[in-house]
Amino acid sequence: MKSPRRITLVASVLLGLCLLASVLLLRQLDQVRNRAAPQEVLYLSSPKVLKRLSLGYQGLLADVYWTRAVQYFGSKHYAGARSYELLAPLLEITTALDPNLTVAYEFGANFLAPQPPNGAGMPQAAVELAEYGVRNNPNDWHLYYDLGFIYYVELKDYTRASDAFARGSRVPDAHPFLKVMAAQMAQHSGEVGMARMLWTTTYQSTADRSIRANAAAHLRALQVDEDVGTLEKLVSLYREQKGHPPSVLGDLQTAGMLSAVPVDPLGHSYKLMSDGHIEVRDPDNLPFIEKGLPPGYVALPPKFLPSD
Amino acid sequence: MSSRIAYIAFNTFREAVRDRVLYNLVAFAVLMSGAAILVGQISIGIERLVVVNLGLAAVSLFGMVIAIFIGIALVSKEIDKRTLYTVLSRPVQRWEFIVGKFLGLAGTLVVNTVFMAVGVFAALLYVSPHFQVADTWILVALYFIVLQFLIITSLALLFSSFSSPLLSAVFAFSLFVIGSFSEDLRGFAALAQGATRWLATAAAYLVPDFSSLNVISSVAHGQPVASQLILSNTLYAVVYAGMILCGAVVIFEHRNLK
Repeated sequence: MKSPRRITLVASVLLGLCLLASVLLLRQLDQVRNRAAPQEVLYLSSPKVLKRLSLGYQGLLADVYWTRAVQYFGSKHYAGARSYELLAPLLEITTALDPNLTVAYEFGANFLAPQPPNGAGMPQAAVELAEYGVRNNPNDWHLYYDLGFIYYVELKDYTRASDAFARGSRVPDAHPFLKVMAAQMAQHSGEVGMARMLWTTTYQSTADRSIRANAAAHLRALQVDEDVGTLEKLVSLYREQKGHPPSVLGDLQTAGMLSAVPVDPLGHSYKLMSDGHIEVRDPDNLPFIEKGLPPGYVALPPKFLPSD
Repeated sequence: MSSRIAYIAFNTFREAVRDRVLYNLVAFAVLMSGAAILVGQISIGIERLVVVNLGLAAVSLFGMVIAIFIGIALVSKEIDKRTLYTVLSRPVQRWEFIVGKFLGLAGTLVVNTVFMAVGVFAALLYVSPHFQVADTWILVALYFIVLQFLIITSLALLFSSFSSPLLSAVFAFSLFVIGSFSEDLRGFAALAQGATRWLATAAAYLVPDFSSLNVISSVAHGQPVASQLILSNTLYAVVYAGMILCGAVVIFEHRNLK
């Protein structure tokens, strides 16, 4: 074999071996790092400093930080985390770098507000984020809607929710439902119908698949809560009238209390338990439901919501 | 006179192409396709924004790097290769050589920007079903980037006319960074007192203002750019680049090439 060819062969083999060794070492390093479990930290937490360091490309840096926020929330949410310490600072940096990045307010508030495991359980931070968004984008009705939504769903502050919807309804081209919601909020606050109206508006007014899926899941949960409540009342009424509980839900229909036996939004029939309670058959695929859960049911780690 | 400048400019362009400067378009194409395809999978709701922000930032940064690294070698390379003596032994004035070199590199950067702009719009079409009226403002942002190139090319040429390539690159890049902070510098000058105020004000007006030439973030959101800003920026870039070019000509005219 000629000398140059031999050198080429040896160098190629060495290259392959070194590549293999570096991959193995990196995997080893990953394991060491995971065991060390470093504390979550933002090395640069000042939006002002980051804005200057961006050399005028703050829009691009905002996109990077927004992606970091999404990845941070997504990975922790998937792992069933109950603490999201870096979420609020990441969103603050993102929106300071690009105050017109409305998607960061809309989703960010929805990441921050709900209680764990569905969110970070920081509704006040979500309100501050949404208010900052409104100040910087006063002509975007979605942000008023998000603000009212947090006040209504998470903080149960119906006066402020009504005020946010009313302010949003005055924005040109606002969704007509905002005016209706502002008017009905004071009168019907806390009712299931009001919550359904909110989630329906969210479902109809967004083009984003994940938001639609989330709204659809909440609408399914409202439907289940309403069905279970109604069925349990009817079971109780049946027991009073007949002196014994119904053996199956079809007995309610036979007794003329129901025109048809309802099924849950996934198409499964409800289970009638011996104590008169109603349970769903597939609680794992009905996130956000508050009624119809088996006793002692522990929700699985959150998973990505099914498509609508 | 104009034909001599045009000839030098054309040769500068041809040399840049021969030096495979336009190969950066391949890296740009990979970057844009990667961004367009991947961002939707790792982020939420910013596909279009990333294409515009990343695309324009890449156009700007790739162009800046080309302007600095080609610009600083425009004169020194000709001296090292001794081709400058051949050129100047013909009826070519020194100032014509400088202006021709400037126009040649500016032309290279314009051609490069046009190709990259096509890439940005192609990626935009990939992530959006159709173009929007507001997308036309991206053309204004690209125009402002070209104006930035004119300034940085003239600066690189100025430093190249009297300094070594390494120092020229450091000077030009430093001025790019300082120029990005020009608004802050003027703000600082307004807050200072006495001699510091005068010095800071002088520095603030002497360094190039790249901040007003950067409208990437606003056009990414479809916000319009005022026609007054377009006019003022055009005049500023032409005047500033002209001023620096005059400085380069003055230095080069008096440089001892023996």
